[in-house]
Amino acid sequence: MTVSVSPNKVISNESKPYIDPYLAGGLLGVVLFLAFFITGNGLGASGGLNRIVVFFEDLIVPGHVDRVPYLLTMAGGDKNALDNWVVFMVMGTIMGGFVSGLINKRVYWSVGKGPQISVRTRLAMAFIGGTLMGYGARFARGCTSGQALSGGAVLSVGSWAFMFAVFGGGYALAYFVRKLWN
Amino acid sequence: MAPFPIEEIFSHAGANFIYLLIGIAFGAVLEIAGFGNSPKLAAQFYFKDQTVLKVMFTSILVAMTLIAWATGLGLLDIHRVWVNPTYLWPGIVGGLIMGFGFIIGGFCPGTSLVAVGTLKVDGILFSLGVLFGIFTFGETIDQFSEFWNSSYMGRFTVPEWLGLSTGATVLLIISVALFMFWGAEQLERIFGGKSSSQSPKIQMIGAATLVVAALGLVGLGQPTALDKWQQIAAAKEPLLTHREVQIHPGELLGLMNNDQINLVMFDVRNETDYNLFHIMDAQLQSVNQVEGLVNQVEGLVPTLLDEPANTIIVLMDNNESRSTEAWKILMANSVPNVYILEGGVNCWLDIFGHEKRQSCSTETASADGLRYTFKAALGSNQESAEPEKKVYEGLKYTPKVKLQEKKAAKGGGCG
Repeated sequence: MTVSVSPNKVISNESKPYIDPYLAGGLLGVVLFLAFFITGNGLGASGGLNRIVVFFEDLIVPGHVDRVPYLLTMAGGDKNALDNWVVFMVMGTIMGGFVSGLINKRVYWSVGKGPQISVRTRLAMAFIGGTLMGYGARFARGCTSGQALSGGAVLSVGSWAFMFAVFGGGYALAYFVRKLWN
Repeated sequence: MAPFPIEEIFSHAGANFIYLLIGIAFGAVLEIAGFGNSPKLAAQFYFKDQTVLKVMFTSILVAMTLIAWATGLGLLDIHRVWVNPTYLWPGIVGGLIMGFGFIIGGFCPGTSLVAVGTLKVDGILFSLGVLFGIFTFGETIDQFSEFWNSSYMGRFTVPEWLGLSTGATVLLIISVALFMFWGAEQLERIFGGKSSSQSPKIQMIGAATLVVAALGLVGLGQPTALDKWQQIAAAKEPLLTHREVQIHPGELLGLMNNDQINLVMFDVRNETDYNLFHIMDAQLQSVNQVEGLVNQVEGLVPTLLDEPANTIIVLMDNNESRSTEAWKILMANSVPNVYILEGGVNCWLDIFGHEKRQSCSTETASADGLRYTFKAALGSNQESAEPEKKVYEGLKYTPKVKLQEKKAAKGGGCG
């Protein structure tokens, strides 16, 4: 499926196939359970990215961080926004993806995109989509990992409503942006 | 009992290392599922490849079942597990925005991290977009914070919403999800041109295992407050017998005048006594029988766990019998900072109901009823309901309240 623009086409052809989705889901479920069982917290990603943003804001305009209540709770005064568990989880997620990708020969520079659009369009769309995703994730107080997976597993009503909203939003817009992917 | 106070066991750095390891496992599993690959993720929304749905829901089913079993067996204390508080409409609006972002950008924040780890340039751009979106949110949140904080329902779970047991809820969700998986297989065959899956037999075994596990949960049930108290009784009973949690009326008055404390008082007597007299701001939690008390007090737990860290809860009866029962129930549910009014309302009136302050002996406080008579049901509309600050300054008592932050309470005795 991946349309690789990598010069290392040869390597990409050696990539191992992905594992069965139900098996992957089962493994992810065990990881999620262990996260809850050991730490009491589930999984998270956008919370960690949030703290990275606030960390840099605090470096550049500390006075501003101290005036905005929402930022203040993370990095007010001499608080370090990065000193939080979810930041370490985010670093781990990148490392885990890298290690697994290395073992399965899927680490190489490439752009995943549909066949009808240029690389430039794809990258612009990735940025725009990411912006919406980041904005929405903070609006919903969590992303697919922190809200849908974690909240879903502990049966939070809000997390289930959120999850259906994500799928609903995706399906609602899919037809109109079909050129991007098909 | 899990979850474990890892900050205390492994120090701050050690705990962070554990989170790093969990993150690595998370990233690796997402990667082998194909979640670093945006066209594969986006194909979900064109019915061709249902990997996103299958992985997400399977993981939720497995984790949900394991968590319910762990709590059912008394291995995991669900009250110390983070349950996302429900803000219904902000969650739905945020979810819709994310759905748009998903189909335009091809990732969600977690999967884009895996794409970064495997050097997918679109994933890197997406992640930068996420950072920019988060930044924008932080700068604009003040414009609509009212909506963002609306439809707050606190810690609200599906079993509470449906009025079902945890086991029945898990069974219901598994049944619906299995039906959905069947539908997903049909869609992939029609739109994705895939032949039916290579290993249907293993899938059947997996599905059957989940159903059997859910049926087992229905049979197992979840521990009641009294079961949980039995588990911790050996550790917590000494607090009662050594009178470490029964606070003197003078100390309570001090707390009432302490602005730094969020004081929550529950009056667990019957309504008649409460109407005759109660301490200012004490909330009535009235029940006719002690059996009813368990349900009533357990119903308070979600709200109490949601209170800020500087919260102190004081329970009061006419004497100490019902308040002690209520204390056990709150302890069993891991509510921190719970105290009992020594000698109850009778003792309070001994000290604050007279011109000449009396000491109060808890020995004589054993009678069940209110020892004082009132001419009218004045409730808290009388002087002794809220004595002046100077009244308690001369009182002698041993202060017992030690405010524990919720984190510290995590480590307290339950493990």
